[in-house]
Amino acid sequence: MNPVLVVLLRILAALGLMLANGVVLIYMLRKVLGHMHLRLGPMHVGPHGILQTTMDVLKLLTKEDITPRGVDRALYFIAPAAVFVPSFAAYAAIPFSDSWSITSLDTGLLFTLAALSLVPIGILMAGWASANKWSLLGGMRAAAQQIAYEVPLLLSLLPVVMFAGTLNLGDIVRAQSGLWFGFVPRWFIAFPLFWPAFLLFVIASLVELNQTPFDMSEAESELVAGFASEYSAMKFGLIFLSEFSNQFIVSALGVTLFFGGWMIPWVPESVVAPIAPVVFMLKVYTGIFVMMWIRGTFPRVRIDQLMQLGWKWLIPASLALILVTGVVLKVAQATQGVTG
Amino acid sequence: MNLDYAILAGFVVLGALFVGATVGVSNVLSPSKPSERKAQIYECGSDPVGPPWVQFRIGYYVYALLFVVFDIETVFLYPWAVIFSDPDLGIVIVLEMFVFVGVLVLGLLYAWKEGALTWR
Repeated sequence: MNPVLVVLLRILAALGLMLANGVVLIYMLRKVLGHMHLRLGPMHVGPHGILQTTMDVLKLLTKEDITPRGVDRALYFIAPAAVFVPSFAAYAAIPFSDSWSITSLDTGLLFTLAALSLVPIGILMAGWASANKWSLLGGMRAAAQQIAYEVPLLLSLLPVVMFAGTLNLGDIVRAQSGLWFGFVPRWFIAFPLFWPAFLLFVIASLVELNQTPFDMSEAESELVAGFASEYSAMKFGLIFLSEFSNQFIVSALGVTLFFGGWMIPWVPESVVAPIAPVVFMLKVYTGIFVMMWIRGTFPRVRIDQLMQLGWKWLIPASLALILVTGVVLKVAQATQGVTG
Repeated sequence: MNLDYAILAGFVVLGALFVGATVGVSNVLSPSKPSERKAQIYECGSDPVGPPWVQFRIGYYVYALLFVVFDIETVFLYPWAVIFSDPDLGIVIVLEMFVFVGVLVLGLLYAWKEGALTWR
């Protein structure tokens, strides 16, 4: 097939997935949070309200796009794209199954993290350009959070890379195949050594996602809608589409790095292979459900507490973790050669 | 392999096009009735007070400096982690990283002692 066509089809597949994911996740969020609050969530459009988000998208498309007076026009129009494009590009390296991934980049993990860390630039841009004090505060908070927690996020994934010896996300999943002692799946989460790394990853990624309990950048009870206050219609829609898409990407990273990607433990690969992408998606959505659960459970923390936690606890802890992992892996290698 | 990077470039181009297209379509479909009140910056419904770009305490520029240091550090740590389990490299690779991380930890301790890590 024509290579240009292949490239185009793959990118369009990612776009379709991103849009579908946004629609599904908004519905899921409203339903999950609703039931956690002992409410029903959307019920009226379609059975159990399943068409609600589709209608919401149509509504956003036909709503008047208001550009407030006094905004920094150039940045105001670029910001939704600056939020959307990196979040869209992050789909490029996610491995949905052994053969299904849009690209098999050898630097996949680094690329995905780089794409995610570009998103707050768009948020800062939106906050600044809106000429609104709430937006400005929201954007600034997002920047402060981002720089405090990007380092623990990057460092918390190093033990996995040290063990797997590759940055290719597909190869990281392949490094988790098989059983340990004949019954423990070789998923990284099954090794106690990786538990602190996983905990750091969960905390740091919730902060990077601006998810409750770390949603200070769009805290609706303090800052109206934070950096998105002055955005309406489809620009607002695109910003929120990227937020939901980032949740998907982070959950997919967690599944890939710690939970064996598309594999099912104790079931041979040849049996799983036909349904591998389904298994992967189920795992990813389970991860997102846990994020929503956290959102429905914990109150918001204060920004000074957040900064203290990041700089004084998580960064030293993640550095110590790398050194400990290094020593443990080398000792294990010297004694029995379990690492590969 | 080269195709992979072409796809990444395609992601950027098509992503930007998609943003332009949806905003464009929405502008065609949606009504436009601008008014003085609508164009006002939202400030809880009252008239905005003062200039929008208020002076924001930029006190965390020290955090930004520290962030750059540690971010560059992680850039160096990733290639190190990839070759880490190569048996030929033995224990030396761990010792080297103890030195590298140790120097940075000293820097972090100094910043901590100077009070740069306290959010005021």
